[in-house]
Amino acid sequence: MPTQFKFSLYIAGSSPHSKLAVANLTALCREHLEDCHQVEIVDVLREPKRALADGIIFTPVLVKQAPKPTTTIVGNLSNLEVVCATLGIAGFPDASHV
Amino acid sequence: MKLSNSTVQKARTGIQGMDEITGGGLPRGRTTLVEGGPGSGKTVLALQSLVNGAMHFNEPGIFVAFEESSKRLISYAAKFGWDLPALQEQRLIFLDAQPSPDLIQSGAFSLDGMFAALSAKADEIKAKRIVFDSVDMVLTVLNDPVAERREIFRLHDWLLARGLTAVITCKRGQDGFIQPPLSFMQFMVDCCVSLRHEVIQGVSQRNLRVTKYRGSSFDENECPFVIGGIGMDVASTWMVDRSRPRVSERRISSGVKRLDAVLGGGYYADSSVLITGVPGTAKTTLSGAFIEAACSRGERCLFVSYDTDSAQVVRNLNSVRIMLQRFITKGLLRVISARSVSASAEIHLMNIKNRAREHGAQCVVVDPVSALAKTGNALTAHGVSERLLDWAKSERITLLCTSLLDRISNEKEVLSIPISTIADTWIHLSYLIHAGERNRSLSIVKSRGTWHSNQVRELLLSANGVTLADAYTAGGEVLMGTLRWEKERTEQAASVERLAAVREKRDRLQTEEHELANRLKAIQIEIEAKRDERASMTQVEARSKRIDRLDRIRLRQLRGADMPRTINHS
Repeated sequence: MPTQFKFSLYIAGSSPHSKLAVANLTALCREHLEDCHQVEIVDVLREPKRALADGIIFTPVLVKQAPKPTTTIVGNLSNLEVVCATLGIAGFPDASHV
Repeated sequence: MKLSNSTVQKARTGIQGMDEITGGGLPRGRTTLVEGGPGSGKTVLALQSLVNGAMHFNEPGIFVAFEESSKRLISYAAKFGWDLPALQEQRLIFLDAQPSPDLIQSGAFSLDGMFAALSAKADEIKAKRIVFDSVDMVLTVLNDPVAERREIFRLHDWLLARGLTAVITCKRGQDGFIQPPLSFMQFMVDCCVSLRHEVIQGVSQRNLRVTKYRGSSFDENECPFVIGGIGMDVASTWMVDRSRPRVSERRISSGVKRLDAVLGGGYYADSSVLITGVPGTAKTTLSGAFIEAACSRGERCLFVSYDTDSAQVVRNLNSVRIMLQRFITKGLLRVISARSVSASAEIHLMNIKNRAREHGAQCVVVDPVSALAKTGNALTAHGVSERLLDWAKSERITLLCTSLLDRISNEKEVLSIPISTIADTWIHLSYLIHAGERNRSLSIVKSRGTWHSNQVRELLLSANGVTLADAYTAGGEVLMGTLRWEKERTEQAASVERLAAVREKRDRLQTEEHELANRLKAIQIEIEAKRDERASMTQVEARSKRIDRLDRIRLRQLRGADMPRTINHS
């Protein structure tokens, strides 16, 4: 049974960065985490209280809830190498910190 | 002079002095940039104006904490006596927005998340004010000058659109400037406040300057400020209200009867008195006498003693019969002592003001005020002492300051603090060394609006109290000490002699008068005698004439001559 990944992606409506982030995450999951991921997308413009509660300053931001430890990546996730290394996704074992 | 009201609406900060400098507060609905180096007081200024808005002006506020956690800020605020937890319910909200240090970045991003969260919160509490502390913390995370600038513009637009009175704090680098992409904020905002914290010869000095205020006049000078027990206190050089309450005609005793006489009736109530002199010329003693007299009238007094322990001051004054302990016990008098080097002159001034306010003091003694000009405070002491005098006047407090003269050669009345020009009464004490003695002398250099003696007098201290000796001059010099005593004695002796001489002369004259009277009497008797004698002589003459004629007749008869016809008729 492969590791289950659980993500929360906070975006701000349909801003270009947010759109890009959603697309990048979708592609990444399809490519590397097929059938072992769960993604929740939070639109801070619709759920500002949620953003407040979760301490969201920047958007877009990706929070990896599982597996532990929780990791946060800000930005539109365009640098796939950094994202995969940070999330510890197979294929980029050496770059544990960038 | 008051700063003119302008069209710009202002939001009061409630910070002492700050609203005077800005002519009413920060621009309402606009953004103010507060910049300064580390520890310059940016957060305190921002937080205090926010707290005051929520507490006193019914303007709810949001504090966006980019740098310190809200927990730390709240405990920080508690030290200033601001009860933030009580305010937090509805009127003051902290938003923790410290970027995580291990934040990983991949691609571009923006502050949309924060704006969304803030919009929701601002609507909820109907916020009028907001603080971003400090904005560089979050902007530098963007790590892209273009993005930083873009986000600043968006922040500014967001603030304007919401009509929030905002304070943005920003760090200033070592070179004294805000780092480039953030530096253009200074041009964007409506008001700029620059804070400076320096250490001059080991003493901390804080200064504040408003560098920009669109659409309003403001005090352009650098203003010293302190961060003290109740927060920030800016020394505004603009008097809050120059038109003072009526000046007093009341005279109050200096505590030395003969000095009152020299002053033509004592000091004016609400005036400021300066006593200068080299060490040991009894400045503290005169201050003590003044306090004793004031407390005896039932007035509340504050005695601020620098570099001398308060108990020591009281004990020392006992030796010249100035008993202060009873007034301390009664609660009329408060004696506080402080080390002059322990703080900047600004802090000392604030402490004096606060203590006087707490105590409700009507008379305040600062002994010596020159302590404020010690190491590191030389530049600020002048302004501080001027404001001390101004403050005392506006509070209708009679202020007595002593000032130590640096040099022993007291010929030149040079002050380390040049407040002599603004003090109402200036008494100068010095030593006169003459004929192997050192004697204290007192002279009134000036006393505005009152007659006063022009004579240098000798100041006498003894177990019986303080007094002035009679003035003796000889050869153009005022005599003091044993010379005066000798002169007194000689004069006494001379006067005794003079008296004796007069008496003697009077006696002699009396005797002479008697003598003359007696002689007069004798002469008169003699005259009487002569007169009697003369009278008797006349009779004798008449008789003898008759006898003569009779004799002649007889002779004729004897001779038988004719009887003269005349005989029958005689």
